[in-house]
Amino acid sequence: MTSLPVNWLEKEKDRRTLRVDASSFSDKVYEGVTAACALVVPGLVIAIAVAVFAAAWPAFAKLGLSIVTTSDWDVAGGHFGAAPAIFGTMVSSAVALIIATPLAIGVAIFLSEFSPSWLRQPVGFLVDLLAAIPSVVYGLWGIFVLIPLLREHVMPFLRDTLHLGATPFFRGPAYGPSMLAAGVILAIMALPYISSVSREVLMAVPRSQREAALALGATRWEMIRDAVIPYARSGIIGGIMLGLGRALGETMAVTMVIGNRPEISASLLAPGYTMASLIANEFSEATNDLHLSALMAVGAILFVITLIVNAVARWLVWSVSRRRAQ
Amino acid sequence: MKLAALMLLAVACAKEGANNSATASSTTSSSGGSVDLTGAGATFPYPIYSKWFSDYATATGVKINYQSIGSGGGIRQLSEGTVDFGASDSPMSDDEMSKAKGGPILHIPTVLGADVITYNLPGVTAGLKLTSAVIADIFMGRVKKWNDTRIATLNAGVSLPNQDILVVHRSDGSGTTYIFTDYLSTAVPAWKTKVGKGKEVKWPVGLGAKGNEGVAGQVKQTPGSIGYVELAYATQNNLPIAAIRNKSGQFVAASVPAVTAAAAGAAKALPANTDYRISIVDAPGADSYPISSFTWILVYQHQTDAVKGKKLVDFLNWALTEGEKSAVTLDYAPLPAEMATTVKARLGTIDLSGAK
Repeated sequence: MTSLPVNWLEKEKDRRTLRVDASSFSDKVYEGVTAACALVVPGLVIAIAVAVFAAAWPAFAKLGLSIVTTSDWDVAGGHFGAAPAIFGTMVSSAVALIIATPLAIGVAIFLSEFSPSWLRQPVGFLVDLLAAIPSVVYGLWGIFVLIPLLREHVMPFLRDTLHLGATPFFRGPAYGPSMLAAGVILAIMALPYISSVSREVLMAVPRSQREAALALGATRWEMIRDAVIPYARSGIIGGIMLGLGRALGETMAVTMVIGNRPEISASLLAPGYTMASLIANEFSEATNDLHLSALMAVGAILFVITLIVNAVARWLVWSVSRRRAQ
Repeated sequence: MKLAALMLLAVACAKEGANNSATASSTTSSSGGSVDLTGAGATFPYPIYSKWFSDYATATGVKINYQSIGSGGGIRQLSEGTVDFGASDSPMSDDEMSKAKGGPILHIPTVLGADVITYNLPGVTAGLKLTSAVIADIFMGRVKKWNDTRIATLNAGVSLPNQDILVVHRSDGSGTTYIFTDYLSTAVPAWKTKVGKGKEVKWPVGLGAKGNEGVAGQVKQTPGSIGYVELAYATQNNLPIAAIRNKSGQFVAASVPAVTAAAAGAAKALPANTDYRISIVDAPGADSYPISSFTWILVYQHQTDAVKGKKLVDFLNWALTEGEKSAVTLDYAPLPAEMATTVKARLGTIDLSGAK
């Protein structure tokens, strides 16, 4: 151990005061720049909301709640009922989550708990890569691979072989483009978000948590179920909500496979419509003012729904973590 | 090898640079300042327009920037005065015209397009024959099976399967849909009252697919399906197309001459003071293909910038003379010759004084 010089303390004091003096200006600049960044982004969200709602206002003023409650979308007739699109957005996203959540959590648990370390990186990387594929590529894949597969094999299997056609959810002819096709595409697109967040959260569960469970005689499965997953639950829910956000707003791929039929049908084999597809389909050729405003109104409704979903997600995460704390 | 390629590139660049400076100097000398024109609108004529703009730039040095953002966007931008000209596949309504900030708007027909009925019927590759009434009933869900007697009587000798018909239509707002529904509204009264015409309509049955490629893809994949796409798209992709019975009772398969024939038939009946916002669906004439339409470039009658206005009129004159010749190569039908002459005469009425 080397001894410190006698006047070390004095020198250090000098240096510190000096440094603080010299950097106070740059500190201020730094603070200003980061504050600007922090304010610009929320400002942008508010600006977008204001612009969308202002453009949507004429439609809300003229049509009122009938945009949400009626299901007759007839541009020439001046009827703008977006209920089928709202329904389609909700259902396709729900189908997506029902398919994607167990798969994604399964992947995450395998990678964090069971996978040999040499496999963890490549599999994780490939799953994450799903998020990097452009949605138009998903759409093309949907048209050329998924839809024929669904039409020729999966739909007849579900409807006839499993006799699910007896329920209203799988009734009717199988054309291919359908709510089911949209749900499957969205599931694949939402999967990497859910699995990647879940994996990180599961890996972050402290080792002591696992060791404690094993020490109490838990099997590996019991350890994961009772000690690891409850600890990571709020993070996993956050991941699911992130996936849901992705599914709600997806436009291109869904438009290419959903069949774009503005009708509410209980059957997943029937074509449907989503809010994002409706806007994407009709915006570029909309000349009539009310039509344009109605499309903006659909955008505003989508905005509000996304906001509600995020609020619910926050609340879920908050209530889960609070319950654990008790 | 690499070095050679690099040198070639360098030479090419130098040549291009030389060309550019040459054209730049020629424009400055001819008109005192290089003013580019901007336009926006329809996607359907974009391939031919972009060829025209490129050929015109090579010939005269005038550069035209066109954004194919859709007819709706083109009309909006022209109405706001943010572009020098618009382009649309359907004529503007009186209401839309009255909202334009720059005053009266001229519709200049440029080329013609047509819709074809394409289908996927296993075992039937030869041209299926259809009439407007049968097409309307198929697209309204009244004719549900391929072996329906109404289809069978038109197609004697063709073995039609006992298969459900799946209708595929456009989901996006489009001039293609406008032409198709305009035709059915004109020819079939029941369609007019039940569905009507427009760039997007409330379809009684069927699936919506995005774009010509979406409809064609869906039809190609699904046995028993039927849909409509642009003629140019169908020709370039060798899709099976139906022959349609025209007003004179002849079954005509879509082709560039058949579309021009439809325009010629309609043009003869035009009054001298027409504003060219005309529909030529279900046109008279033995050779006329009935699902045809003009596409238009939209310009203000009063040009506020004299220099730009002159360039625009010069370009339109060139397009209606030289440009029309290259239309066929891209599967667009040119205007009938006599009509091109009257449209050019109309260009002469554009006010280039630049007065605001």
